[in-house]
Order: sequence, then structure tokens, then C-alpha cells
Amino acid sequence: DFNERCAQCSEVNWGLTDGGRYYCKSCHNVTERTREVVNTDFITNSRIQTISKGSRKQEKTGIGCEWYVCEGFQLVLKKQAEALEALGVCPQMKDEVLYSFWRCYLQKSKQAYCNRPAGETVKALSVCESSTDVDSEPERPSLLHLLSLSESEGDLQTDCSFASSMSKLSESTSVYSGSVDGSLYLMKNQKEKLRMTMPMTLSFCYMALLWLREPITLSELLRFVVEGHIPYLNVFQHFPEKMKLCGLDLKIFCVESWPVYEEVHNKMLELAAFLDLPRFPDITDSCFLHPDMLCIKYLMEANLPDELHNWTCRVVKKIGIGEVDFLTLVPGNKSTRKVKYDILAAAVIVVVLKLLFLLDDRYEWLLSDFAEERNKNNEEGGLYFEFKKWYEVVKHSLDVEQKKLDEERAKYLWRCEKPLFYSVKNKSKVLKRRQMVVNLQNQFGKLSGSVRRAEKPNPSSFQLSWSEENTDGSCFHGHSLKGILQEKCGLLTAMNPDYWLGTVKLCNEKLCGHLAHYREVDFPQSYHFVLSLFSFLLRIQPSYIHDEVCMIEHKLFNKKLYKKLKYNTVLRK
Amino acid sequence: SSHEHKLNFKKSKEACLSYIQDAMLQKQWKRAAEFLTFYVESLEKDYSREPIGPSEMIWRIGTEILCHHPHSNMKEFNCFIEQMKTLGVKRYLKVCLEHVFHLLCNGQIDEAYQNLSLAESWRFGEQTAIQDKEMKLIQAYRALLDYYSWSKQKNILSEHGKCLDGFADLSVEQEMHSYFRKAAVNLKEIIKIPGVWDLFVKCYVDLLEFYGDHNEACQVLNEYAYNSKFPANPNAHVYLYQFLKRQGESKKSLISALKILHDIVPSHELMIDFNTMLQKSKKRKKRRLGLEVIFAALDYAGWKENVKAWSCLARQVKQIVISEKHLDWIKQEWNSRKDWWPAFHFSRYLAKRNWQENKSLSYEKALVAGILLGKDCKYFKYVSHQGCKAQVKKFRMLKKFVNRHNPVYLRISG
Repeated sequence: DFNERCAQCSEVNWGLTDGGRYYCKSCHNVTERTREVVNTDFITNSRIQTISKGSRKQEKTGIGCEWYVCEGFQLVLKKQAEALEALGVCPQMKDEVLYSFWRCYLQKSKQAYCNRPAGETVKALSVCESSTDVDSEPERPSLLHLLSLSESEGDLQTDCSFASSMSKLSESTSVYSGSVDGSLYLMKNQKEKLRMTMPMTLSFCYMALLWLREPITLSELLRFVVEGHIPYLNVFQHFPEKMKLCGLDLKIFCVESWPVYEEVHNKMLELAAFLDLPRFPDITDSCFLHPDMLCIKYLMEANLPDELHNWTCRVVKKIGIGEVDFLTLVPGNKSTRKVKYDILAAAVIVVVLKLLFLLDDRYEWLLSDFAEERNKNNEEGGLYFEFKKWYEVVKHSLDVEQKKLDEERAKYLWRCEKPLFYSVKNKSKVLKRRQMVVNLQNQFGKLSGSVRRAEKPNPSSFQLSWSEENTDGSCFHGHSLKGILQEKCGLLTAMNPDYWLGTVKLCNEKLCGHLAHYREVDFPQSYHFVLSLFSFLLRIQPSYIHDEVCMIEHKLFNKKLYKKLKYNTVLRK
Repeated sequence: SSHEHKLNFKKSKEACLSYIQDAMLQKQWKRAAEFLTFYVESLEKDYSREPIGPSEMIWRIGTEILCHHPHSNMKEFNCFIEQMKTLGVKRYLKVCLEHVFHLLCNGQIDEAYQNLSLAESWRFGEQTAIQDKEMKLIQAYRALLDYYSWSKQKNILSEHGKCLDGFADLSVEQEMHSYFRKAAVNLKEIIKIPGVWDLFVKCYVDLLEFYGDHNEACQVLNEYAYNSKFPANPNAHVYLYQFLKRQGESKKSLISALKILHDIVPSHELMIDFNTMLQKSKKRKKRRLGLEVIFAALDYAGWKENVKAWSCLARQVKQIVISEKHLDWIKQEWNSRKDWWPAFHFSRYLAKRNWQENKSLSYEKALVAGILLGKDCKYFKYVSHQGCKAQVKKFRMLKKFVNRHNPVYLRISG
């Protein structure tokens, strides 16, 4: 407990004010110190009682309880953690890691567990109905301004119509939200305190997963989100009845776009730095996220021969990207480029393919023809890997899956049963619309012929699978690379003597966002195909994989490049 | 397909819409319906900035699907449309109107009438004034249905006229008059607005004529045909002409009614009547116009095998040649045609075909060809040869005539 001497009378005789502050019982000096909250059922109890704000008003108007935005996010994180647990992530993630990170965040961003800075009061803005109190705030922030501050999407028209409908109400109505601090939340200066957003919940999750070195990559996590295995879209459905969501809350909690890899990743890094986290647990070569391990997975999924794994390991070793220090995240260290494990592994495979097959739209087909000849004439012994056959098989499956994905995108349902409305005023309109939507869905659903989509498919780590049992020869895992390798000085090397770089000079990522610039027309089609394969698997643009490929190439051929640059400068002189 | 891995509500619905459109273009109604179920949640988002919002899209797409889908029926359709009516107040009357059209096309006249009456009684603040035009249309179509009821009663009466059933007739007659009143009021209103109202005009005129108000009918038709605010409409002139003819008006007014029709639609079928009237006129200008009219009509491919038209031209040309006056008329008309009419009308192939299929046609054409192109032209030579071979008297006469007047050709073609 609090044992300091009172600044005024030097006594140690403390009591607590209604506002939760310590005051000296002897001289009635009130301090700024607030009582630290120590409630351990923070996460399990959804009715949060620990925010040191004073007594909580319950059911004041029958409309719901008071709740703060961070409580909402806490619930979201809880749901997400539970879903991850259901997917097989260890329970520590939710109860220990994620919870600790969240608590730390609340503390650092001064939303809880701390002294509330003086002067920053959260005006108890009205809850979904107009108040009759005269508004004493001298500058009421313009509603439109607040709406525009939010990062979440919304159409301007809705915002304007909301704003104008609001202004039609009485003057004394303040901007409102179901949550107590919705408007304040949007007003806060983002840069200083890393304001919480829905995509950031995924950053939290990923950070926790990374801390625990769980076998889920960020691209997988985001894929699970899109496939609905992890609550994100419409997660507010799971808020308890009493937590009413309306007005500006919608801007904070309602998502209308798929989470973006780069955004989630960058926010995770910012978050790790903001929370002053130490060096993350080591990523060693037995971790799933280590490129050697991830390469196994991706090679399997890409239907490539297992033998390629030797090559990926060689590349990894040669350029040092398998080193613990390279792979492990040290938050706040701005000098090292942050590792995107999934993209890195995919890029390694691409580089290996370039090393062995060149991928200039000519050589790989030549090699394939030789392999084909050999395979035709030799029935015994394993099959040699034929690039052409592989291309045909994989392209076919890729096209089928891509087509399915494109249709899924068009069929994506964004709304849910729980209605969202900006204000009580348009609640009935919203409900009517919802009813009509449901009616129309039923009417045309019946005319669709086929049965409506079954429940979402089970989450699967592999999007493409190939079985060696298939007699149609569509699985290439066991194929041999013999036809394209040769022995030199006791070492196996590629027959291909050439290599082309994705870019001669790497760009400054901080300035233009990329290390290199990828345009499909500038590169061989085989290369584009390989990029698009991994682009599909990881659900990211091919240009990001291309960046990693260029980065790896520059490390791999560093000496040669350096020599060449030196030579060039010498020449110029 | 887009390989973008970012997706938001708007893009997702745009993609959905393009799948719907593809399916509709390929008449895959089940697939279109399937994607529509995923599109409808757009209604829950505000698109008022876009020119065409989801509610209008859904109305139009849904209507198309329900029209063509094998498992759809009128009940489903009506249920759907009723929902669409509630979706957009600014479109309410339009939706009602299109619903009515659909009902009419499916033979549900009574339901159509009910819907029209219901729509007529709709009021919605300032929207009522804004949608004034649609309202007039609604009233006009209701009036049209009243007209048909009137027409039915009229037919009943004329049937009964034979049976002399007094009492039944009276009530039928009263009903008939009441339909007349209801119809006339609104038909009169709509045709005041500049537009194309052929059906309404015809029905209104029919009513007026029946009740003997010929002045009003004449005025209406004149307005419809000559008021410059109204879009140029050949039919307006046709209706006026037919009315004047029915009324036994003078040739002068009939001709003036058809003059504009000739200007707008030189290929109109009434050009034959027009030419016939003009040819007989005592005024030289009128006869000149007649020649112009018939030549102009035959410029069109649809008239190539029209015996009447050719006989009109032949008659007039023959008359001019015999009188030896106004050969310059023929010369003027032929000037712009001499480069292409020979191939168009008077080829050897056509000579053979015309002779085989229609001897009267070949006769008339041969006459014209003989005058315009001389006795040595392919068409005339072939037909007259065939005709004489077949020993048909008039062809021999034709041959003689053309031979005799051959110098005319020289003067024309020079």
C-alpha cells in the first residue's frame, strides 16, 4: 500500500477519495496518486471493474451500461485469442502473453493502470440520446472532423448525413457514441499514443504468436481472419447486450476491409517498440518460423521436389539469414530490416528456382525437354523433375483456386444480423433495411438452384495439397533434380551457369516503400508465374516477394556486385 | 479477376455486380440470382453519391431475373416489386409504372388497373410535385384501360343492337359513358405535354369521333402533328391524314397533311396515295411534287418490288412523255439517280428475276427503264423481248411506245 510521507504534514495516514486518489487524513492534502488496480480476472470477466475512474453507473437509462472503447477492444482480443486457442495455439497465449501485452499497452497509453494526467477528463458524453445539460465545453469538436479522423472506412455521404441529422437535434446534444469515450478516442493525437484500431488487434495477436514462436505465420493468420476462423469482421456481435454500440463506435469497431499484411506488420513493430519490449525469444533453426522449416512447408505446397530443400538451406546458410540474431525481433532497433518470415522463405525458394532453372522463359523449358526425354526412356529409377509438367499441373490448380478465391471475394458478406445504427433516430430505418435484405436473400436464394454455401470450410494450413498416392503423376515431391545438377570438385552444383538479378540496385525502402519495382511485363513469364504462385499462397502482392528476392540476391552476390561497382567507379575516373 | 489481395466493401460489391452482369448476359439466371443474394446487403450502406445506387440496381436486376428465371412466377414478381416500391420514394411511381407494364404484358389487366388506381392516389409531400410527369403517365395508362373498357361496352352494345334488348343496353350504355368520361379527362391531359403519345392520341380521337366532337378531334390531331414543341413524329401526320380522309375533307387538306410526311419519311407507304392525289391535280406544282414523291419512294430498297409504286411512276412518266411537256422534270429527277438506279433497279439479273416472278412488275419497270435509259438498255431489252416472245399484247405495245419515244431518252440523259 501507499507508505510515503505526506508532503505537507509528513504523516503516513492515507485514505482514498471518491475519485480514487490518496489523501492525507491528518491534513487533508489530496495527492495525484491513484490506487493501483490489481484485479486479476481482467480478461475473464467481461464487466471490467478496474478502470480507475470512479464508480460505474449501471443501467442508468435502461439503455445500457457505460463502457469504454478499450474495454471493447479487450473483448475483441479475448475472442480472437479464444479462436486461436481453438486452432491449436497454446493457452498461454491468451492468459499470459496477450494479456500482459494488453495491460502494458493500457498502461503506456494511459487508458488504465496509471495516473490519469491532470486536465484530461473524459466528459461523460451522452449515451445515444440528447442530454438537456447545457454544453459547457467551449470548443465542441465538429462532428465531421471527428468522423474524418477515424481511420476506418466509411462513405462520406453516410458521415455527412449522420452529421446533418445530428445537427438537426437540439443544440445541447453532444457528439455521441454508445461508449463513454468514443468521441474523445477519435480526437486523440494518434502519433503520441498509438491509438488502438481493429487492425491493431491482429498486430497484438501476431505479436503474441511471435513471442511464443507459434507455428502460424502472419499471412496464415490473416488468411484465417478472412476465412472467418478468427473474429474480426463484425466481432462486435459478441459484445454483451449491455454494451450498446452506436454513433462513433461504428467508426472504431466496424471493419469494412480485409486486413492488410503490411499494415498489420508495421503496427506490430510500432507496438513492440511502444511497449518497450525486450528482445523476443530466439528464432532458432528448430522453430517453425525459421526459413529452413518454412521452406519445407512451402516446397510441399508448391509441389516442388523435396530435394530442393538442400538448396534452400544452402542459400539460407550462405547469406546468414538463418542466424538467430538476424531472425529474432529486437523491438525499437531501427537499423535492422525487420524479417517477414513467410515472405522470406518464399523468396528463398524463388531464388533457388532461379539458380537452378534460370527462369528466363527459355532455359527452364530446355532442361525440361531433356528431363522428359530421359523419363520416357528410363522407366526404372525415379522420375526426373520436368519443369513443364510441373508448370502445367500447378498452373491448372492455381487457376482453379484463384477463380474460387475471386468468386469468394465477390460473395463476401460484410454485414451480420446485429444491426448497426448511428443513432436511435435511424434505428428503425436500419432494422427495416435489414429485414428487406434478409427477405431478398431468401427470395433469390431459392432461385439460386444450388444449396447455399455450407459452413465455412475447416481451417487448413495447406491451401494446395498433392498426394504421392495419385497415380496420375501430379505430385512432384519425390522427383529428382539429377537432370539439372552436376558434380564439381565433390560438390553438387547447378548445370545452369547464369543468373539474372531482379534489380541492379536496391531502392531505399524508406523513401519509396519498396526495394525494387516489379512490373509483370518487365520480367520473364516463368518468373511471374512463380511469384504469382507464392503471391496466392501468402495472399500478398507479387511485388513484396520480388523485394525479398532482390534483397536475397544482393546478399548472395554481394561480392560480385561490390567488385563490379568498384570496377565501374574506377573506370569512370 | 483481380489478384489484388486487398479488399473492401465497395470493391467486393463491384466484383459481385460484374459477376451478376456476366451471368445475365449469358442467361445463367440461377447464377445471377445466387450472386444477387450476396449483393443485396449493399442496401445497408449509403451510396447516395453514386448516380445509380444499389436500390435501383437491385430493382432492375431483380426484375430481369424474375422475368426470365424458369422457377419464377407472377406471385414472386409482385412480392418483389412491392418491396422495391418501398425502397426509394424518388422512384416510387416509376416502379409502379413498370410493374403495371409487366402485369399488362402478362395479361393481368385487372391487377394492372388496381395498381394504377393505387398509384394515382399516392401522395408524398414535395415528391408528388417532383414526380408529376410519372403521375400523368399513370393517369394516362389508367385512362387507356378505361378506354378499353369503354370499347368493350361499345362492342357489346353493337352486338345487342341486333337483339334489341332494351334494359340491359341501358346499363351497358351508362357504363360506357362513364368509362368515356374517365378516359377522356386524363388522355386529354397527357397529350398536352410534348411527347410521343400515339396510342393515347388514337384512343382519344376514337372517343371524340364516336361522340361527334370532330372539332376537338381535329384540333388535337393538328396540335399533335404541327406543334413544334412535340418531337417530329410521322405517325402524327398519318393519324391526321386518316382522320381528314374519314371526314371527307378536301384533297387540298389531305395533300397538305401528307406533305410533311413525305419530308420526314419519304419511304412511307402512304406515298402511293400521295402521288396518286398529286398526279391528278390541276396545279402544275402539285404534279411536279408528285413526281418527286414517287421517285423518292423508289429510292428505298423496300419498294423495289412494289408494283403499285412502279405503276404510279410509269403512269406519270408516260403521261409526261406523251404530252411532251415538262420533260425537264424527269431530267431533274433522273439527274441524281442516273448513276445508281440502273444497277439498283434495272440490272439484267433483276430483269430476269422480275420477269420470272412478277410479270406486272416487270412491265411497269420496263416502261420506266425504256424511257429513262432508252430502248437499248438491258432491262428493257430483256423484258420486252421476253414479253413479245410470250406474245403478250401489252409488251408489244410497250415496245412500240418506247421505240417511238426513244429520242426522249436522249434528251433526258444529255
